[in-house]
Amino acid sequence: MIIRVKVNGRLYESDVEPRTLLAYYLREELKLTGTHIGCDTTSCGACTVLLDGKAVKSCTVLAVQANGREVLTVESLDQDGQLHPLQSAFWEEHALQCGYCTPGMLMASYALLQENPMPTEAEIREGLSGNICRCTGYVNIVKAVQSAARTMADKTREALGEVAASGTATD
Amino acid sequence: MALQQTELRPMGKSIGRKEDPRLIRGKGRYIDDIMLPNMLYMCVLRSPYAHARIRRIDASAALAAPGVKLVITGEDLAGMNLAWMPTMAGDTQMVLATGKVLFQYQEVAAVVAETRAQAEDALQLIEVDYEPLPVVVDPFKALEPDAPILREDKEKKSNHIFHWEAGDREQTEALFRDAPVIVKQDVRFPRVHPSPLEPCGCVADYNSATGRLTFYVTSQAPHAHRTVLAMVSGLPEHQIHVISPDVGGGFGNKVPVYPGYVCAIVASLKLGVPVKWIETRTENITSTNFARDYHMTAEIAAREDGRVLALRVKTVADHGAFDAAADPSKFPAGLFSIVTGSYDFRSAFVEVDGVYTNKAPGGVAYRCSFRVTEASYLIERVMDVLARRLQMDPAELRLRNFIRKDQFPYHSPTGWVYDSGDYEKTLNLALQRIGYAELRKEQAEKRARGEFMGIGISTFTEIVGAGPGHTFDIMGIKMFDSAQIRVHPTGKVIARLGVRHQGQGHETTFAQIIAEELGLSADDVLIEEGDTDTAPYGLGTYASRSTPTAGGAAALCGRRIREKARKIAAHLLEVGEDDVIWDGLAFTVKGLPGRSVSMKDVAFAAYTNVPEGMEPGLEATYYYDPPNLTFPNGAYIAVVDIDKGTGAVKVRRFMAVDDCGNVINPMIVEGQVHGGLTEGFAIAFMQDIPYDADGNCLAPNWMDYLVPTSLDTPHWETDRTVTPSPHHPIGAKGVGESPNVGSPAAFVNAVVDALSPLGVEHIDMPIFPWKVWSILREHGIDE
Ligand code: FES
Ligand code: FES
Repeated sequence: MIIRVKVNGRLYESDVEPRTLLAYYLREELKLTGTHIGCDTTSCGACTVLLDGKAVKSCTVLAVQANGREVLTVESLDQDGQLHPLQSAFWEEHALQCGYCTPGMLMASYALLQENPMPTEAEIREGLSGNICRCTGYVNIVKAVQSAARTMADKTREALGEVAASGTATD
Repeated sequence: MALQQTELRPMGKSIGRKEDPRLIRGKGRYIDDIMLPNMLYMCVLRSPYAHARIRRIDASAALAAPGVKLVITGEDLAGMNLAWMPTMAGDTQMVLATGKVLFQYQEVAAVVAETRAQAEDALQLIEVDYEPLPVVVDPFKALEPDAPILREDKEKKSNHIFHWEAGDREQTEALFRDAPVIVKQDVRFPRVHPSPLEPCGCVADYNSATGRLTFYVTSQAPHAHRTVLAMVSGLPEHQIHVISPDVGGGFGNKVPVYPGYVCAIVASLKLGVPVKWIETRTENITSTNFARDYHMTAEIAAREDGRVLALRVKTVADHGAFDAAADPSKFPAGLFSIVTGSYDFRSAFVEVDGVYTNKAPGGVAYRCSFRVTEASYLIERVMDVLARRLQMDPAELRLRNFIRKDQFPYHSPTGWVYDSGDYEKTLNLALQRIGYAELRKEQAEKRARGEFMGIGISTFTEIVGAGPGHTFDIMGIKMFDSAQIRVHPTGKVIARLGVRHQGQGHETTFAQIIAEELGLSADDVLIEEGDTDTAPYGLGTYASRSTPTAGGAAALCGRRIREKARKIAAHLLEVGEDDVIWDGLAFTVKGLPGRSVSMKDVAFAAYTNVPEGMEPGLEATYYYDPPNLTFPNGAYIAVVDIDKGTGAVKVRRFMAVDDCGNVINPMIVEGQVHGGLTEGFAIAFMQDIPYDADGNCLAPNWMDYLVPTSLDTPHWETDRTVTPSPHHPIGAKGVGESPNVGSPAAFVNAVVDALSPLGVEHIDMPIFPWKVWSILREHGIDE
């Protein structure tokens, strides 16, 4: 079956078997191997990607269900070599060890911060409860999401400030 | 925190990890990311029965299925003398079942096809005619004289595998005869599974033109795996190239050689193209090595004042269908003899019997040194039983019995020499940090109100760093480790080590050690591991051995380079070698602090301007065989509240004070502690792999075998004391497994403490809410 999917801003047209899971389509067809697979029961969240802006476990979505839709994977996060604030925060707060859960954690955190830009610790723990990490014990992951939320809020404020400032200049 | 690691003297600093930039971009290269041209895919057919004779296997329909290239059965392997393989414990294990199956999910056949889906489809078409046999899942029943014999291939017609003992039986018996106080407790450490997030897998790529096998594998010990594969396959060792790419967690699960690896290699040899095999999670839990499954009985003989005298331990160890325990050759029950823990027992006697049952084979040292977790849990549990009998505070009992800091090096009653420690200081810090006295007050108030609050202490001594070649070997290969450092003309370094990390941060910590020794920045040092063609031979990463062994090798290798560098420096400074001193950053001339050359200057000269007669270049290799193991220790305190309505246990606080000697990167050490505590928490409250009477595995996936999420996991508090190892080149001891070893007892002690007003003395793990709820209910306490 032919599907057309926009992945990380690029349009792909592929012929897939209807039973192909999105996770395998991304990894094996598109060679986007950042999305990982850790279980066969939708338990671990290593495969989390954004489908039309919503975090989904791509091992539980068929590739054909992504037809005509937009997918974002971990490979979309850094722009022009610049790390996304979430990526920097994971690095700075030591929120990863083996790194296998990390792409899924980053995408789940990304979706969380889109919905709730300033989550509390409890909200972060709740928001990431579909993602298993076997290495870090979560404390540092929570810290990283909090720190990224602050950075992103500062950036937004700065951007708003700049708009306001440039507005005054042209006046 | 600085992510740029440009600073010099990087030891002891929390610098950001060098491995992270690729991992946070999704640019790691894990086993399933390896995709080679013409690669085929392999899936494994597994037994639905725990014990059954195989009458016939018909693979013809599978062979005719779309995309299928090959089906392998045990008979095919038998023709190649590969149906059985040696295990690390000196037993043999079936690669693919021949004659009969011995556990549910045992490997029966392998299918190789063009795609994963085709291979899976074809598995359904293989017809196996099984004749079910009586199943034995209880290790005690397996030892009864009329039990069915599981291993018919063995000469010994019983399910008993080995008897092992340590310590002094007579002296221990004598002390027990005269002791005023004796306590006894049966304790089970459940069967658990390490379950790293990335399952096991491999890509075997045999090139018939060169005769070389390139074998990509999730390996914690690539060199040892290469040697074992050479022995199993008959391929010459230098023609086997093992590459362990990024590894998504190991925790001991990726130490053994699994049947899937052998099948993938056979398939690639036969077909001449690369063959990939990646486990599903279910395959990982049901067939790769589990851990623990120890049924233990401990007795302590003590004086009325709480002073312990002797310890006696009997254990039955369920090893499943094949004894595939990943223990060093000389220790059939691993380092279980560390069971005297942090306490100064006059005598101890420990015995373990290993047993075959119809369960998955194993087990591994899951985030511990070969059965130290079982030992540590046992002694910490029984010390609490003793405290309760004597109506003594458990902290006080421990303080009274600790090995004192002036007793080091301490000779344990089972034969180990503990290197250093100050246990009193560690426990006192933990007590103070958590506010022990106030907590006990609060507990008394709550008890008076009928509430259940508990405080659990665990003080442990670890035994890590296997480890002196004179005592430790794996299949005869002595356990040392290695480092090789090359300093290039511009002062940039590539260093390779014989260990293989799975998330422990070696690329950063070993760079810190080497940079410190060479007066460079950690940025200047690239660490490579996991490639047997380039790295020097080493025994791999498990049992917290990397820092004690490869860390020592890295430091000493750096010092070896400095010896040569000093000669070059003297030449550059135009002084005698004896007049050159190393100040930690550069070579200077004695008495003339202004005159110096840096390692960078020396590096350039090593390739451009060496003293006459000297061999150019600046590199060294060091194989480090440590003189002794290292002995980290710690004191953990858990505070729990129990919900009377549901039996749920809430871990309100957890304080972990670790002493792992000198610390290379505090941030990484803290991260290791967090991770280990979370796994210890899971073992205490969530995990067990039970089997029903027919040998069906009842927790074959992450729906039934629980791994903690961010919602389950408590918040961790950590602190540390430092007693450097006196014999390690940088005074480090290793930490990775301590929190997993030390924490289960703290949790269980806390729950038992909470329920002690009801007369509860012990609860076996995992402490599911229903267990606690049943106890409350028995006492009429249910809301
Ligand atoms: S692989 Fe998708 S949830 Fe585990
Ligand atoms: S970092 Fe290893 S699973 Fe999360």
